[in-house]
Amino acid sequence: MRNFPLPWPAAVRASAGGVAGHPGRGLVMLLSLLTLWLLGGAVQAQTPTPETAADATAIQLLEALDVSSYAEKGEAIEAIVRSDDERARDWLSALLDGRLQRTDEGRFVVVLDNIGRHWPVADALSGEPLGEMSRRELDRIGINNALRNQLRSAIAVVDLYSADLALRRASAERLLGEVDADLAGPLSELIEQESDARVRERLALALAIHRLEQGELAAIDHLDGSLHPRARVALSRAAAGADDELASAARSALNDIEQKLKLNRAAETLYFGLSLGSVLVLAAIGLAITFGVMGVINMAHGELIMLGAYTTWAMQQLLPGQPGLALILAVPAGFLVAALAGIAIERGVIQFLKGRPLETLLATFGVSLILQQLVRTVISPLNRTVVTPEWMSGSLVVNDALSLTLNRMVVLGFALVVFAGLMLIMRRTRLGLEVRAVTQNRAMARSMGIRATRVDILTFALGSGVAGLAGVALSQLTNVGPNLGQNYIIDSFMVVVFGGVGNLWGTLVAGLSLGVINQVLEPWAGAVLAKIIVLVFIILFIQKRPRGLFPQKGRAAEG
Amino acid sequence: MWLTRPFSERSTLIFLGVLLAALLLVTALHLAVPRGHPLHVTAYTVNLLGKYLSYALLAVAVDLVWGYLGILSLGHGAFFALGGYAMGMYLMRQIGDRGVYGHPELPDFMVFLNWDSLPWYWLGFDMAGFALLMVLLAPGALALVFGFLAFRSRVTGVYLSIITQALTFALMLAFFRNEMGFGGNNGLTDFRDILGFSLRSDATRLGLFLATGVALALGYVLCRAIVASKLGRVCVATRDAEARTRFLGYRVERVQLFVFVVSAMLAGVAGALYVPQVGIINPSEFSPIFSIEIVLWVALGGRATLYGAVIGALLVNYAKTVFTGVMPDAWLFALGALFVLVTVFLPRGVAGLLGYRVKRLKRRRQDEEDTPTAGREATA
Repeated sequence: MRNFPLPWPAAVRASAGGVAGHPGRGLVMLLSLLTLWLLGGAVQAQTPTPETAADATAIQLLEALDVSSYAEKGEAIEAIVRSDDERARDWLSALLDGRLQRTDEGRFVVVLDNIGRHWPVADALSGEPLGEMSRRELDRIGINNALRNQLRSAIAVVDLYSADLALRRASAERLLGEVDADLAGPLSELIEQESDARVRERLALALAIHRLEQGELAAIDHLDGSLHPRARVALSRAAAGADDELASAARSALNDIEQKLKLNRAAETLYFGLSLGSVLVLAAIGLAITFGVMGVINMAHGELIMLGAYTTWAMQQLLPGQPGLALILAVPAGFLVAALAGIAIERGVIQFLKGRPLETLLATFGVSLILQQLVRTVISPLNRTVVTPEWMSGSLVVNDALSLTLNRMVVLGFALVVFAGLMLIMRRTRLGLEVRAVTQNRAMARSMGIRATRVDILTFALGSGVAGLAGVALSQLTNVGPNLGQNYIIDSFMVVVFGGVGNLWGTLVAGLSLGVINQVLEPWAGAVLAKIIVLVFIILFIQKRPRGLFPQKGRAAEG
Repeated sequence: MWLTRPFSERSTLIFLGVLLAALLLVTALHLAVPRGHPLHVTAYTVNLLGKYLSYALLAVAVDLVWGYLGILSLGHGAFFALGGYAMGMYLMRQIGDRGVYGHPELPDFMVFLNWDSLPWYWLGFDMAGFALLMVLLAPGALALVFGFLAFRSRVTGVYLSIITQALTFALMLAFFRNEMGFGGNNGLTDFRDILGFSLRSDATRLGLFLATGVALALGYVLCRAIVASKLGRVCVATRDAEARTRFLGYRVERVQLFVFVVSAMLAGVAGALYVPQVGIINPSEFSPIFSIEIVLWVALGGRATLYGAVIGALLVNYAKTVFTGVMPDAWLFALGALFVLVTVFLPRGVAGLLGYRVKRLKRRRQDEEDTPTAGREATA
């Protein structure tokens, strides 16, 4: 159709224009009708694409606007609103600003910028820019004040007629607090027709706010308990108003809302606390195995976490365009990379320092420096971006005051799964049994035929691998850089020591509770001070209970 | 008299002799040899050596608790930094109205933060005597409180190491805050005078270098005296078999607390000497990595020798200066490798290599194999 832009619209315009009366163009009209007939035949001969069909309807809709009677224009606007055409909104706002115009050739254009004599215009149908046009070539489609009001309401609701649910929802969201008398009528009709419960609820709320603004007492019942800020604004306005009955009802509704908000805020703090806690648990649980079970201080644990995070990044580089798949593959890959690095550390350094925990601490710290610098030199000292796949971005909206980010929820679930998996390994497998035996009494376990060295290697690989998993999860929450691990090592040690060394449950409880404590303190103390308070708390706690929350009992504790 | 006992020890006399000779040599080469001569020691080098010497004093302090008491403190940087901040506060007050904003009393950063008056804890720091007292008292008080709590509840071994690390980490976070009143991220800097001498003159730099050397000598003698006394023997006994020492009737926690506080104060003095020579003190001195680096100096030099700590501090820091100048990327590799190699292959450090006391070490190792539990604690 765009190949013949000139004759057809001109012809249509001519046929419609005949009604409006442009007497001097009779000949043109005749010729145009002929062309239309010819062309129409041509179009029918081809299969009309949906786009052309949509354009044909669109042109009819716009034609209806170009009439002299304002009443008819009003009906035409109404038709556009109901048309479910995605361009309707643009047309209406252009019409409202006087930018919807017609060329001498009868083509509908939107003026982009009406300064000077030559205006840049775009095709109203396709949106393609058509270059500049002299203002003389253009006719404006005029409106009056009544139409202006109608247009404003129409623009507000135009998306509500759309078949696209997301558009309807967004539009309903926008309407909250913006409803006026003109809109109230159509809205009540729309609520009846609406199929989506959420849109219905939003529209009802919008209407209730409007009715409250009109001083309707019954509207308060509807607003009571709503957490939307607009509802609260309307209620506090009513509470400050002159009408005593209304004001007191509004105040009590506001009170209810305040209570509910407090609850929601507490829920949010808890969620963020648990999320932070899950990160701590993930970072610390591997350490709980190597430190708690083997008695080995691994200062390079943080760098194993970093390796896991970089593995995620590397997977995403290998699989461009598929961040989700890369992330899922990074879970086993991160485990493997970190576990192999762990085995290298155990074989290369730690085995020579058996029974000398403080030397192990120093040596593994050296390893951590080397790993950090390695990443800086080989990859980059700058942070790398790890993409969050679509199914992990966004948030779960519980209500107007509470929405839970999905990535944190996934990490929380992941932490629990990892924990459960570790518990299973420690409690239900041969390896777990041997690890516990070696922990409790190395000499005795060896005399029972357990190969302690092999158990050491496997335990260390397991603990390191879990650090790698923590890295994969962390890559979704924080920046991936060479210092990633360093930031978590002290916190991880705190969690392990706080929970009680050699006790996985203790690590879980300690990690989650430290996370929550931190988040509870943060609002009134600030992030840094909250962290300091938590550290000081743990330092003092260790003095009181040197073996942590859940100390190991029996002879194993004497080591 | 226990304080004079070190002077009858051969190792102490050798150490003091070498130190004195080095101080005199550097002074002579700096003052007597004309500038431009290849043997001339520049003011920059004197300043650098002074910095190394203050590190050496810090290393001696760490060796006292780690080598002889078996407490691996990963937070000695905190005491060092506290001493440094006490000195920095004195130096800040000495600036007077010569700051950028020209306020007669408030340091620049406080004017910048729109503070009206000095916080109470800054009062008195215009007096050198009070500041010097605080150089000892601030780290000492922290060590006293922390040590009292820790040793009373018998927190030892890796647990103690980790919570000392948490302590210095928490302090670092705290000092990064502007609200603390210690200059936040930037710390304290732009110093002008110390005791009326300009910090920018070469003579003051030489003076500070010599003062640090003297402080190192005094600190060394003090530590040696403690170690050689009866108290020192209880320390070693605590290190090797804490429970046994306790059962013998010694109040182990008191010994630990005393030595820990002395060590913290020494670290504070080192910090106070460090700050005027470097010209700045900021929260990075609190960072856990610095504290753990100090431990490496001691480990490299050789634990439980004191002079080994000095050797280690000088070697590592010299290497650091050379490396960071020539190939900065390689420094962390080298440092990391040092940590691994020293702990795995050189458990007795450079001092062990020197062949000193080889026989005694052999005998001790024999003991360790006989009593495995005690041996584990001994090396811990």
